[in-house]
Amino acid sequence: MEFLQSIFVTPFVEIVDSPYFFFEVFFGGLMAGVMYSLVALGFVLIFKASGVFNFSQGVMVLFAALNFVGLLEHGVPIWLAFLITMAIMTALAFAVERLVLRHLVNQEPIILFMATIGLAFFLEGFGETLWGSEIKPLEVGIPNDVWFMGDAMIQQADVFAAVVAGAMVTVLALFFHYTRVGRALRAVADDHQAALSIGIPLNHIWIIVWAVAGVVALVAGILWGSKLGVQFSLSVIALKALPVLILGGFTSIPGAIIGGLIIGAGEKVAEVYWGSVFGGAIEEWFAYIVALVFLFFRPQGLFGDKIIERV
Amino acid sequence: MIYREAGVFKTSYDADMALLPIPMDKYFVIAVTLFAVIVVPFISNEYWLGSILVPVLILSIAAIGLNILTGYAGQVSLGTGAFMAAGAYMGYKFVTAFPDVNIIFGILAGGVSSAMIGIVFGAPSLRIKGFYLAVTTLAAQFFLIWLFQKQPWFVNYSISGVPTAPPREIFGILVTGAEASATARYVFVVCFTIALAWIARNLVRGRVGRTWMAIRDMDIAAELIGIRPLQTKLSAFAISSFYCGVAGALWAFCYINTVEPSAFDINRSFQILFMVIVGGLGSILGSFLGAAFIFTLPIFLNNFFGVLGLDVSTATIRHIEFMVFGGLIVFFLIVEPHGLARLWALAKEKLRMWPFPY
Repeated sequence: MEFLQSIFVTPFVEIVDSPYFFFEVFFGGLMAGVMYSLVALGFVLIFKASGVFNFSQGVMVLFAALNFVGLLEHGVPIWLAFLITMAIMTALAFAVERLVLRHLVNQEPIILFMATIGLAFFLEGFGETLWGSEIKPLEVGIPNDVWFMGDAMIQQADVFAAVVAGAMVTVLALFFHYTRVGRALRAVADDHQAALSIGIPLNHIWIIVWAVAGVVALVAGILWGSKLGVQFSLSVIALKALPVLILGGFTSIPGAIIGGLIIGAGEKVAEVYWGSVFGGAIEEWFAYIVALVFLFFRPQGLFGDKIIERV
Repeated sequence: MIYREAGVFKTSYDADMALLPIPMDKYFVIAVTLFAVIVVPFISNEYWLGSILVPVLILSIAAIGLNILTGYAGQVSLGTGAFMAAGAYMGYKFVTAFPDVNIIFGILAGGVSSAMIGIVFGAPSLRIKGFYLAVTTLAAQFFLIWLFQKQPWFVNYSISGVPTAPPREIFGILVTGAEASATARYVFVVCFTIALAWIARNLVRGRVGRTWMAIRDMDIAAELIGIRPLQTKLSAFAISSFYCGVAGALWAFCYINTVEPSAFDINRSFQILFMVIVGGLGSILGSFLGAAFIFTLPIFLNNFFGVLGLDVSTATIRHIEFMVFGGLIVFFLIVEPHGLARLWALAKEKLRMWPFPY
């Protein structure tokens, strides 16, 4: 009885008692969700264009951030470091296409998935061999003050991250809709065979999406890194993008954003109000269990295409 | 000429259905088994037995488990570590709750509990597959490890949260816990490994195994020819988790001698997935080869840099290890998707032809 009360009654009483605190928690969660969304966005881009479920997206975030922070430490100015890292991520896209994807054409998706797990390990080792594995603080001039809304405290860095994420999604949307390459990308996402038959070079498209996903990873890495420091655990946090995708649907960019927000806010609220009932740290698995339960009811996610199977 | 498959004439169904119908295979396997059980304990030292052979064998069991699920039934799992943890913790609970029951039952109890948990987390596989399923097994990974870490009931309210494995005897010889000799632990583990590998080999060539493979190759088509996906997928999850659970219990009782969550984190899951890929998807022999290869590679790398006289920090070696693992996985998937087991098959082919080119 007491247990049930602590699940169904007490947390809601607490929420009503101090709505500002709830708002603060909720808002903080949303902002963490923005970060998940950014990682999930990279997944969706690659999945749509090549059908590859890129497990290494999380490590790409770490890899990009490691390169960026490493360059900064060597006295490279921020804008140049950003450009160089972008170049590195593009080179990585080339290498992945040349060395991995090209040889695995026509393999089952699950084989490609496992190949990206291998890629994830490789990148992690490579990045840390180059730059070392200690936690590196990242300072790129993101404001770190707080605003007060009533009694609720809002981190300016979070708002900044949300603005950046929003801007990036807008740019990507414009890119997809109004450029030649964007149209080709949408065509490939729609139907590989048809796109190939009207003369869209699939290999180039793959390089482009991997490069774009690399840049998205870089932005995510900078935002994450300036919040938590650039460290190994970034790639583990980025794994949370997987449940986000399940919630939002693998093929939908808005789905990735909304899924990220739901997961981010949900897990923070759950941790603060329900965590103590279960013994704490439920943040670690909350997202996964939500995704697990969700899969039973709607396997394609909130916005994904309906899964149709034929023999 | 060296390896001969021809000239074997069977006169009974039993002979035809035998596990190893070719005499050369049979004698070879029997010889290896006897060698592993009888000779190895005498010729190996404490370090080899306790620090290399025991963990390799235990990981082989886990790899067989994952191979049943991924290689034979086609369901990818990233939660192997969690199922091992389930086996270790539930085995520990059983052994401490019933101190007089033989330790073998304790370890099997760990396996059975793990199988039940496997069924629960495998249930979504009926609706989803591929990487969707991989995500739900990640749920198992994070949730179970959290559960065992945060709920003191699982460790009998031990203050440190990391209880030591209780010492238990078989035939008056200590086989678990820190005081047990490496030889006793090795023999205990090797017997488990042989029995489980034998069962697995028979399972996958029988009716159950064929239904698993049908589901793997195309589940809708399999359903249309009358294979029930519910039983098939859940049995794959149950048996796979049973193997992983036994491996986890052995890992805790006979290798690290403590029951601790960090031994079963997500990296363990990846490690075992790599063993299966490198060893060969859908091969029992491959599970052994993969386990031996992946486990000894870091040890080899460590010594390799030492021999070269390079002063490389352990952190760097760890990173290089990651790179080598990642590169190997991609390499194997591209060049030899059937893994080390396929190389073994090729070697047999060569031995059959030798000295003729074809």
